Amino acid sequence: MSTEKNEREPMFSPKNLKLLTSPLNLNNPITVQVLGICSALAVTAKLKPAIVMTLSVMVVTGISNLVVSLLRNGIPPRIRIIVQLVVVATMVILVDQLLKAFVYDVSKQLSVFVGLIITNCIIMGRLEAFAMSNKPWPAFLDGIGNGLGYGLILITVAFFRELFGSGTLLDIQVVPQSLYNMGYVNNGLMILPPMALITVGVIIWVQRYYNRSLIEK
Amino acid sequence: MHEIFNIFIKSIFVDNMVFAYFLGMCSYLAVSKTVNTSVGLGAAVIFVLGITVPINYLLNEYILKPGALAWLDSEFASVDLSFLSFIIFIAIIAAMVQLVEMIVEKFSPALYNSLGIFLPLIAVNCAILGGSLFMQERDYQSLGQATAFGLGSGVGWFLAIVAIAAIREKIRYSNVPPALRGIGITFIVTGLMGIAFMSFLGIKL
Repeated sequence: MSTEKNEREPMFSPKNLKLLTSPLNLNNPITVQVLGICSALAVTAKLKPAIVMTLSVMVVTGISNLVVSLLRNGIPPRIRIIVQLVVVATMVILVDQLLKAFVYDVSKQLSVFVGLIITNCIIMGRLEAFAMSNKPWPAFLDGIGNGLGYGLILITVAFFRELFGSGTLLDIQVVPQSLYNMGYVNNGLMILPPMALITVGVIIWVQRYYNRSLIEK
Repeated sequence: MHEIFNIFIKSIFVDNMVFAYFLGMCSYLAVSKTVNTSVGLGAAVIFVLGITVPINYLLNEYILKPGALAWLDSEFASVDLSFLSFIIFIAIIAAMVQLVEMIVEKFSPALYNSLGIFLPLIAVNCAILGGSLFMQERDYQSLGQATAFGLGSGVGWFLAIVAIAAIREKIRYSNVPPALRGIGITFIVTGLMGIAFMSFLGIKL
């Protein structure tokens, strides 16, 4: 049995960096953990709301993880969920007010989904699974990592939906007018909600095809 | 009366919580492996929505809305407490879910065991908070309308989860490509069901 004292992990050790990178692929919150689906599908009709949503979720997840991890030894088990909900709700109220102040048009597009970040399963899921039993800095990194993984899927879906559904990206016309003159028409079905589900299904298909370990038996 | 019926039918088919707004997807995907557990969870969601939306409507009407506090004292007519909506709604929802959990544990221990962690997770089910937030956004005119909306949304969610559970039970015997098995095919089937539900868009009673 080693007698050396527990050394402090360097801030960006491989173990900590793994917290940032594993949610991008093998532990992706949306396609592998199957969390946070609701908002991922609803705000991806255009790229701009998707980006704003990603940043909001990253901030809320990271900071909530940090706060709950700092409090983890003082929370009585019975009211655990309520304490977590209060922390997350407070962060979301702050983010909501910031969005209304700085990007009002996008916050109108996001409407109720900003409030729904409170019930975003990713945040509650990571609080329960990680922040309650880990130190503050790794918890913060885990929150940011999961936010990034979530964002990756959101931005991919929004990219395809906006490109094929409206011919634009970030509201800038990308499909050249000459294609429209030849008879190309925007695929209206892509803007509709069901296509988001099918797009995520295809992303899962591609991801599992290249990562055999994720396939369910 | 006509308006209430309209809202009820609309929130089941046209504004379906799952297919039109994607609320409650996490538990929808996780619990829909068998029809029995889906029926149990769906019934619990109908109950919770049917109770929390009217209560939150009353709170919104008499405390949270801008100018709502005028009934207390005319000085308070300019107070706007709507920024507290999130916290108050989620508190009511958490309390109601705790109540439902106790009732289910008492009357049907088998259902309680099969639902496991997903019963308390109804508290963070976006469909429940979403119901209250939509009720607030759409500004319903009476308690009856708000209740019709709550119950209708619950029934819509129930319909969705039972349907996908039935399909998933049958799909186990189909030749799904390995990479699509489980979650992948569920997403695609749900998308197709969403397209099917869009056929209700033109309903006017």
